[in-house]
Amino acid sequence: MSRLAVPKTYKLYIGGKFPRSESGRTYEVVSTKGAFLANAALASRKDARDAVVAARGAFAGWSGATAYNRGQVLYRIAELLEGRRDQFIDEVVATEGASRPSATKQVDTAIDAWVWYAGWADKYVQAAGNGNPVSGPYFNLSTPEPTGVVAVVAPQSGGSLLGLVSVLAPVIVSGNTVVVIASESAPLSAITLSEVLATSDVPGGVVNVLTGSPKEIAPWLAGHADVNALDLAGAEALDWVDLQISAADTLKRVLPPVVGIPSPSLDRIVAFTETKTVWHTKSLI
Amino acid sequence: MSFLDYAPAPESTSILHLKKSYGLFIDGQFVKGHGSPFLTISPSTEERIAEIANANAKDVDTAVAAARRAYDRTWSKLSGADRGKYLFRIARLVQERARELAVAESLDNGKPIKESRDVDVPLVAAWFFYYAGWADKLDYAGLGPNPRALGVAAQVIPWNFPLLMLAWKIAPALAAGNTVVLKPAETTPLTALLFAEILQQADLPAGVVNIITGAGDTGEALVNHPDVNKVAFTGSTAVGRAIAKSVAGTGKKVTLELGGKAANIVFDDAPIDQAVEGIVNGIFFNQGHVCCAGSRLLVQESIHDEVIDRLKTRMSTLRLGDPLDKNTDIGAINSKEQLERIRELSDIGEAEGAERWSAPCEIPAKGFWFAPTIFTNVSTSSRIAREEIFGPVLSVLTFRTPAEAIAKANNTPYGLSAGIWSDKGSKILAVADQLRAGVIWANTFNRFDPASPFGGYKESGYGREGGRHGLAAYLEGGSW
Repeated sequence: MSRLAVPKTYKLYIGGKFPRSESGRTYEVVSTKGAFLANAALASRKDARDAVVAARGAFAGWSGATAYNRGQVLYRIAELLEGRRDQFIDEVVATEGASRPSATKQVDTAIDAWVWYAGWADKYVQAAGNGNPVSGPYFNLSTPEPTGVVAVVAPQSGGSLLGLVSVLAPVIVSGNTVVVIASESAPLSAITLSEVLATSDVPGGVVNVLTGSPKEIAPWLAGHADVNALDLAGAEALDWVDLQISAADTLKRVLPPVVGIPSPSLDRIVAFTETKTVWHTKSLI
Repeated sequence: MSFLDYAPAPESTSILHLKKSYGLFIDGQFVKGHGSPFLTISPSTEERIAEIANANAKDVDTAVAAARRAYDRTWSKLSGADRGKYLFRIARLVQERARELAVAESLDNGKPIKESRDVDVPLVAAWFFYYAGWADKLDYAGLGPNPRALGVAAQVIPWNFPLLMLAWKIAPALAAGNTVVLKPAETTPLTALLFAEILQQADLPAGVVNIITGAGDTGEALVNHPDVNKVAFTGSTAVGRAIAKSVAGTGKKVTLELGGKAANIVFDDAPIDQAVEGIVNGIFFNQGHVCCAGSRLLVQESIHDEVIDRLKTRMSTLRLGDPLDKNTDIGAINSKEQLERIRELSDIGEAEGAERWSAPCEIPAKGFWFAPTIFTNVSTSSRIAREEIFGPVLSVLTFRTPAEAIAKANNTPYGLSAGIWSDKGSKILAVADQLRAGVIWANTFNRFDPASPFGGYKESGYGREGGRHGLAAYLEGGSW
């Protein structure tokens, strides 16, 4: 007699906890063949705002951690992801209808992306900052530092796990905290990834994952005064120009939609940083 | 004559050879504008300086077309070395005509000649000299392989540092290989037009730089022109916000250098004499018409009274008057509109319960003037503690601990600059780490250098000007 499986309840990931949507709403997630997979939480405006509060609360600690520490935490994510590799492959096969080799490639690429970005934690400052030879007796140094709270619309197709990792890692490696809207049609690996994040020393609130309708939630994040930047990577199908216009109210930094899944790049890290230039007098001796 | 009285020592205006009227500088020539011309006046005398052409939408089209043509046919085909040589030429011509430019700037803007002569114009030359050297070294800027220009840059600049802002915009744009259409501010077009003459002397290919004068609608037409690839704006946060909205979805690369409400933090272990000089420089430099002005003084409670006493004494020695006089410290407010805004906000400060003190100085009968003023007993919620006044008005707040100073300093939607005064290096570095501002001056204030990136966090805008970062703002890719 075969054993009856214990299915998982997929919830949101906010402030290091896994709450249901405060709205009580869920939506049905189905396989590409239409089979029922799960009832995912349908996040509301209130959930988005709670997520921003959690992200803001986590910012001081995460941005204040040493770069070495952040690098190790990101590497730890890769380690735990590797340990649950088979689970992610199964989930990608189930939700995306991908072949096993293609799902395996996606999961492996996602693991390697964490490793790649982990290595940038203590280097991007050196690549994007510099000392400045000013004409006068001053010590003068320009260094990038994280922008703050970043709202992200994750890629909506082309690989739900890899898409999410490709936008998350470059945002958090520098010390930003994030509210991300997962792929609407394939949200399950986002919540499973949250389980990895919750157990890999990423402080609660650094990554907050919303599942549901990007069309419904993104405008609240784009217009939120306590969000500093907006990554529209997966927003091609939305009225993303309107989101950018709304973001301009508080002069958020905005990255436009990308086709497919963004490749690993230093530019994506630097896009969510601010260059701070510090001058200090040198005494005349 | 008593102590601190000086005989008048005005810089002669005979060095200027101004025309009665100026056209638009398009495709290497001065041409007529199709809008109604306007006058530029001296804010210290309210006397007419010259009539200035007004570019309408058609003129904007013509200027952008000239810039596009120059980009396609000339500038993008030139070697980096040759672009650099043109910029070196411009730097030298600015140095040669430095005094003339300084006099014109003080006449048109109202800033003291000692500032235009010793700060603005030398920095203009330095800016061109610095970026000239980058033109043939773009591969070494660390921005990835084969960095490429964007195309045509639309640039709109403010009236507080007219020629210097022009240099901040044009030098990196040309070094990176772009062509330019620049609009100076309505009240301060003069030095940009003299600069156009310098471009003719430098024999810069026609159309590489076009300078069109006009008001806000001219600037709006320029930044919204479909054939520009880059928008660079320095000015108010309100206009910056409107630009950010209007370029949404167009793919234009944007640099915005907007408002500020900088905290100048003085700790009890600061070198007080230097700090007082720094406070004065921070808020009264250029009549406080500085986006990065140290307009909120955060002084540690234990030294508040001493600092305010010394500050008042120092302010009493500031000489307000003729911008062309070599002894003048505080010049004229740039325009009647600006003066009214400063008066309005100052009155609101008083109405909200802050104590007002102005330096006792004689206000000339004609022109636009505002005595250096400080407000004490300012609450953090007061409008004079939150809004950019853009004038010689300082709001003083107190704090007890570094944590409180940091919290108050960051309690603003802006994030352009900040100052820290302390003799303790470790404290300075710890506080600098926590301040959310793009430029931090420790034991100094209002320092600018072409090698040093400048720009803000949050609603002070995005992108950087100056240094390698300022170059990246005019090249493809590179999010910095």
